[in-house]
Amino acid sequence: MEDLLKLGERSYRSRLIVGTGKYKDFAETKKAIELSGAEIVTVAVRRVNITDPNKENLLDYLDPKKYTILPNTAGCYTAEDAVRTCRLARAAGIGNLIKLEVIGDDKTLFPDMPATLEAAKILVQEGFVVLPYIADDPITAKKLQDIGCAAVMPLAAPIGSGLGIRNPYNIRIIMEQARVPVIVDAGVGTASDAAIAMEMGCDGVLMNTAIAGARDPLLMAEAMRQAVEAGRKAYLAGRIPKKLYATASSPLDGMLA
Amino acid sequence: MVAVEDTVFLIHVKICINGEEKEVVDGLSIARLLEELQIRPARVVIELNREIVSRQAHGSTVLKEGDALEIVQFVGGG
Repeated sequence: MEDLLKLGERSYRSRLIVGTGKYKDFAETKKAIELSGAEIVTVAVRRVNITDPNKENLLDYLDPKKYTILPNTAGCYTAEDAVRTCRLARAAGIGNLIKLEVIGDDKTLFPDMPATLEAAKILVQEGFVVLPYIADDPITAKKLQDIGCAAVMPLAAPIGSGLGIRNPYNIRIIMEQARVPVIVDAGVGTASDAAIAMEMGCDGVLMNTAIAGARDPLLMAEAMRQAVEAGRKAYLAGRIPKKLYATASSPLDGMLA
Repeated sequence: MVAVEDTVFLIHVKICINGEEKEVVDGLSIARLLEELQIRPARVVIELNREIVSRQAHGSTVLKEGDALEIVQFVGGG
């Protein structure tokens, strides 16, 4: 049976979701996404610069027929702003999937969980497939799941920090009680961070800066694809238990003398 | 007799586009405004006074004094 990530009504082969921010240009964005193997890409909603409307548009480089576009509510500090942004995003006609983030503080970019819950309730009622960015807080994760969110996306570490999974135990608790996919969102720094998340049994990883900010974003995109795939396979294969002492790999029988 | 067109003055109305105050010709539709700004309608979403205006309604929606218009698009983000 094929191992798929199910979000809302759709299923995906890739468990890596990538952002489109911070790249040198749209051509590099496109290449990095291709190499990452991602089928879902996040985008932000912003005002058009009307005095110099950029003739090129991100969607000229990302075919919405090929990729699932996942608009985010980055930069929103209230539930009201986040809901407004989601409605605008949906009006673009690229679907119902939304990455909900309501930011609580501009230094940490940690989410405001009560405001996230408030926005999620409204959005689920309005028929959005809501993927909320959350703190590594099992209680709120459960509440969001109960509201009807299609996944929960706990942070590994602050957005763009590259610190990796700082609290694997909370992520494990979130996974234990989850009936929806758990996607680690934010804080991944390098390939091993992504692999660790997947080896733990997370359903997916979402990242942007780790790829776009690497010295060679295209090479890192490929590394992340392989890390997520390797981590997933290792999880499915079932790792050996950790032991303090050695167990010989070669037979003890038939030794000389 | 003078033709009607010759006596018509172009009346302007003040509206707010993406947070900036602008003067536009009275009777201008959203579709015409986008054309003037060289913005492709398929790539943007319009909100007029906090209500989303569907693409089909761009042609029939006329801007009035005091309107607040938002023109948004998708950009790179994480």
